[in-house]
Formats: sequence, C-alpha cells, structure tokens
Amino acid sequence: MLTIKNLQAKIGEKQILNGINLEVKPGEVHAIMGPNGSGKSTLASVLAGREEYEVTGGEVSFEGKDLLEMAPEDRAREGVFLAFQYPVEIPGVSTINFMKTAVNQIREYRGQPTLDAVSFLGVMKEKMKLVEIDQALLNRALNEGFSGGEKKRNEIFQMAMLEPKLAVLDETDSGLDIDALKIVSNGVNKLRNKSNAVIVVTHYQRLLDYIVPDFVHVLYKGKIVKSGTKELALELEAKGYDWIKEEVSVL
Amino acid sequence: MSKDNQVLEELTSKEYEHGWTTDIETDSAPKGLNEDIIRFISAKKNEPAWLLEWRLKAYQQWTKMKEPTWANVKFPEINYQDVIYYSAPKQKVTPKNLEDVDPELIKTFEKLGISLTEQKRLTGIAVDAVIDSVSVATTFKETLGELGIIFCSFSEAVQKHPDLVKKYMGSVVPVNDNYFSALNSAVFTDGSFCYIPKGVRCPMELSTYFRINAANTGQFERTLIIADEGSYVSYLEGCTAPQRDENQLHAAVVEIYAMKDAQVKYSTVQNWYPGDKEGKGGIYNFVTKRGLCYGDSSKISWTQVETGSAITWKYPSCILRGDNSMGEFYSVAVTNNYQQADTGTKMIHIGKNTKSRIVSKGISAGHSQNSYRGQVHIMKRAEGARNFSQCDSLLMGDKCGAHTFPYIDVENSTARIEHEATTSKIGEDQIFYCLQRGIDEESAVALIVNGYAKEVLNQLPMEFAVEAQKLLALTLEGSVG
Repeated sequence: MLTIKNLQAKIGEKQILNGINLEVKPGEVHAIMGPNGSGKSTLASVLAGREEYEVTGGEVSFEGKDLLEMAPEDRAREGVFLAFQYPVEIPGVSTINFMKTAVNQIREYRGQPTLDAVSFLGVMKEKMKLVEIDQALLNRALNEGFSGGEKKRNEIFQMAMLEPKLAVLDETDSGLDIDALKIVSNGVNKLRNKSNAVIVVTHYQRLLDYIVPDFVHVLYKGKIVKSGTKELALELEAKGYDWIKEEVSVL
Repeated sequence: MSKDNQVLEELTSKEYEHGWTTDIETDSAPKGLNEDIIRFISAKKNEPAWLLEWRLKAYQQWTKMKEPTWANVKFPEINYQDVIYYSAPKQKVTPKNLEDVDPELIKTFEKLGISLTEQKRLTGIAVDAVIDSVSVATTFKETLGELGIIFCSFSEAVQKHPDLVKKYMGSVVPVNDNYFSALNSAVFTDGSFCYIPKGVRCPMELSTYFRINAANTGQFERTLIIADEGSYVSYLEGCTAPQRDENQLHAAVVEIYAMKDAQVKYSTVQNWYPGDKEGKGGIYNFVTKRGLCYGDSSKISWTQVETGSAITWKYPSCILRGDNSMGEFYSVAVTNNYQQADTGTKMIHIGKNTKSRIVSKGISAGHSQNSYRGQVHIMKRAEGARNFSQCDSLLMGDKCGAHTFPYIDVENSTARIEHEATTSKIGEDQIFYCLQRGIDEESAVALIVNGYAKEVLNQLPMEFAVEAQKLLALTLEGSVG
C-alpha cells in the first residue's frame, strides 16, 4: 500500500529526514517511536503534504501512485488521513459542516454522487456511535474551546467519516488521560480492517497497549535505526532510548 | 507560496459576474449641476413646488460645503460638473403591471436572478425594482395595501402621500448633515418609500434592488421607512452594478423613523462593481443611512454585507431617543484588490436604558484597505445605557490593511460600555487542516471566511444569507497568500 524509499526532507535549512525506508501493507499497524526531535512528526507531515517541508530526495508510492507528486487535498481524497497532533480551530464552522464539505468533495473526486443532508446525517450518526462522540460536540465550532481529549476524539470521528486507506496518527495519545486514551484507541481499533493500514506515531509505549502494532520502528536522527515487533516497544519503555542512541553511535 | 499566488492571480482576474449593460433608450439630463438641472429633475418628476424649493435649498447649502476628507480612503478629485444627475429609462406608457414593462428591463432582472414574475410567484417577496433612477414595477402592492402598508417608489409617495413625505423627509438625516446628504437632497431622483401603520406586522420581507445602468450616471437614491407604533418590518436592499471604466458616484440617503414599540430590520447586500484588479473603475459609494428610535422601546437593526464598490463610505447609525430603545449594527465588509472601505456605525444614546450592539467583521485581501470607524456616544440623560462592540479584522495576504477607529464618548457615569477587538490572519494551519480532509483551497477559504462572518450572516433573512455566503466566497476566492 505504502512504500517509502530513502525519503529525505528538510524544513528551512534544517535537514530532518535522512533516508527513511518503510513498507506498509493493508491490514497492518506500524508504530513509529523515537526520542524528541527524531523526525516522527516531520514524517507524518511530509506524507500529508505540508508545504513547509521540502522533500530533498527519495520516493513515496501509495497504492502504486507517486504520493509526493500529489497536492495535499488529492492525497486525502486518495485515502491518506492524518490525525493531527494539534488539531486546528476553525471558528464559526461546525464539525458537521466541515465534514459534510470534506465527505462530498472526496466523493466528487471519486466520481460518487454527493450525499444530501439526510443521508449525511445517517452516516454521521452511525460513526458517532462507533467512536463514542456526542453530537453536541459536533455542533460546536471545530475544535474551538475543545479539551485535549475532545480534540483527539474529534480527529478519530473524522477518520471514521472519511474511511481512509491509510491513517497516520500523530502523537494522538499526547495530552490524554487514561479514559480518553481508551476511548480513542477503541475507536481506532473498530475502524481497523483487512484493507486499511495505520501508522501510529508516538513517544510512549502506553498507547500501544491499546492499539497493538504489528511492527515497531525506532526513528533517530531522521532514520529508522531499529525495527521489530511490539516487544521492541516494551523494551524501549523499560530501557529508554539511550541504548538505541549508543548503538547508533557505535555504528 | 507560489501555488497560492497562482490561484490568487487566476481568481482575481475573474471578470465581474454582473458586468454587462442593457440597451434601453435613456432620457437624460445634460452633464453638470446647477439650479436649472434641479428644476429639470423636479419638472421631470412632476413634483410639487415645496419639494422643488426643498431641493434648491439643499443645493444652496451643498455649494457652501466641502467634501469630507477624514475617511481613510484615497481617490482622485470628483468633478461634480461632469456627472449626469438624471437618467430615466424611456417608456412610452407608465406600466400598470409586469406585462407592460419593457421586456429589456425584465431581461436585466432575469440576468440578476431576480425575475419579477419568478419572485412574485415563488418567493412571496414584494420587490420594488429600481433601474437607474425610476422605479419600473412594484409588486404585491395590493396585498400590502389591505393592511394599510404603503410600499412604493419615492416619486409615487411624493404624488400620493405628500403629507407623510413632507413630515418625515429630512427628519432623521437633515439636509445639511453632510456633504453627500446635501447633494442627495438636491438631486435625488427616486428610491423607495415605506409606511407601516400602527400595530401592523408586515407579513413579508420588503425588498429593493438597485442597479446603476447608464454610463456616467450618478445614482442618488432616497429611502424613507416609517414604522408607526408597535409595527414591525424587515426590509432588504440588494445591489449589483454593471462594469464601467469610469468611476461612478453613488450617494444615497436612507432614513428610518421608528415610533413607540416599533421594530425595523434593515438588511443590505452590497455588490456594486468594485473596479478591475488594477483598481480601475468601480463605484464610489458615499451613503448616509440613519435610523431614529424616536419612541420608547423601539428597535432598529442594521445588517450589512459589503463586498463591492471601489470606495465605500458608509455608517448606518441609530439615534436612540426613546427610553429603552435599542440599536444594532451587524456588518461584514470585504475588500479585495484595490478596494477601499471606511465603514462602521454611530450609536447615539439619548434615552434612558438604551442599548446598542455593534458587531463588525472586516475582511481584507489583495492590496485593499479596510477600516472600521465607529462612535458610541452616551449623552447626559442616558441613564443606564449599555453598549457592546466587537470589531474583528481578518487579513488575507500581506499587502492589505485593516484599521479600527472606535470613538467612545460617555457623559453619564451609569453607562456600561464594552469593546472587544481582534485581528487575525487566515492561518496556513487552518488551510492545511482543510486540505488534509480533502477540501480544496477555494472551498477552505470560503468555509473559514463564512465561519468568521457567521454571527453577522445569521442576522440576514434566509434567502439573503445564501446569496451573501456565495458573494463572500466569490469575492475572496484564492486570496490566501
């Protein structure tokens, strides 16, 4: 589904990604871990097409198409979803209105008929149940005055609405208490199936107790320096990142 | 942000949608302004002597006045002798119903999307259509007549209801109030008149569409709305104008007179031709709009969505004379390219426990300049007066300007005044968030701007709100840089 080859990227004059290689297949969950400043969020942003980041080398193919050639909105329409670490506030625009615009633009892109208000509401109610979100929240202006947990839950609700092939969760666990973490993880797990994939970007292991990864990759200085299964995450939790850093410096 | 710039260029080069003219023979006065021209206008309109005298007096006062220079706008000097002050579409017979109206005029309205027949049949809105200076058709007059509501062209009111006109014309906006109101008083050609009798709630939205049609024609409208005790009316005004190379002058006067317990809601969507992307052409819009809450517990509410004109100079105001009376001003002013807007309101609190609310949302894009200018004046007698003002500015790109000039004048210590102001920029982050959800940039801007202006748009009657939303999106498409 997603093949990243030797991806390099910089912001301003600062080189951040120094040759990432990653292969994600349908049905898989990959966790990207690593110390602060290792390039985790940059990787998520580059995949989503954020303009501040300049790709300086490598390639990314998504479902056989060149992802880096696509405009950000087309990446979304092709099925790439980014759950933001810091969801943005848009005053005066309700989540419902926002999602209706998004769903219908994506449907148009895919040559599907757009949904009228009634059918949209039908789909929405179904997804609301799935991710345990209250309609009162969706009537409010997008993310405005939301608590950290509400923002993240709202991201997962949007993911449910857009049914992406590939979801990238950027530090979705940050700022969540254990209850909120469970609800958010539950939502993600319910949305998983054989044909979609999830990349979980996180600093801590605890999220991975709930969203269990098939693979864990450790990012350090813009490179994946170690890959393994979920046991690697536990090891990191127990030992911290220092031993990884040492391993790298030995090489 | 080269991609944004590309979109910006592409979209700002879009031609003005309503840029066309109809071929109707006009019956015009020669260029220039003097007493003879005023006599010509008055004679053309078959006016009574008192009105001619009123006009001549206004003209005399105007000649002694100077064009105001305090507004934050720049434009080349206007040669008032180079303007045609009267232009009426030629019609052989006065139309009695729609079928008698010149088919060319009907076509004009159809292009504007306000076909009178359609309007009449489908929407139940009474439309008093103004093309250039003469009202060509008035609908629903009979329905309104049964309730005693008078809704007609100003000229007709002069003929049929001279007492009301004589009594109230100039009572809210005195002739010599300002340079442009004096000019209007001298040369106004037509407009709308509305009277709602005691205790009557007008069952439909009253609506006027203004349109400048002949080249070099100044448009001087005059609107007078009188709401008698306990009555209610919602009045809509919408404007579009065809494309012109030379600047056109528009100096309207709107007066609202609200008696005890009366409520008037006045909504405007203004889309005069703003000039091309180089700033050439466009309408100069110098308007004086004022409402007088004369009676106790009366209420006047202004809502405006200003997207057009090269220059906008406009301050719909309320004089809160009656005790417990209330004034409201809700405004969205959008400027793009080289447009300049200096707009806001005045709330003059005279009566006890008077309240006012100001919500102003400015949006500037391109090289435009957008100013909010407002005055809140609490007079000595205005015990317990309250005002709330909110002035927000939204900037798009880095070549435009937003300015706020609030004046607050309090002479009574029991007054409570709140003023909030914000300035923000459409964030790259907001746009990117939308893009990441599959929403294209144009729709993202439309979504964000409409969200920003929501509080004001919500004040508009339904059918107007939809039109206004489209206008906002159209005016600003791709202006993020």
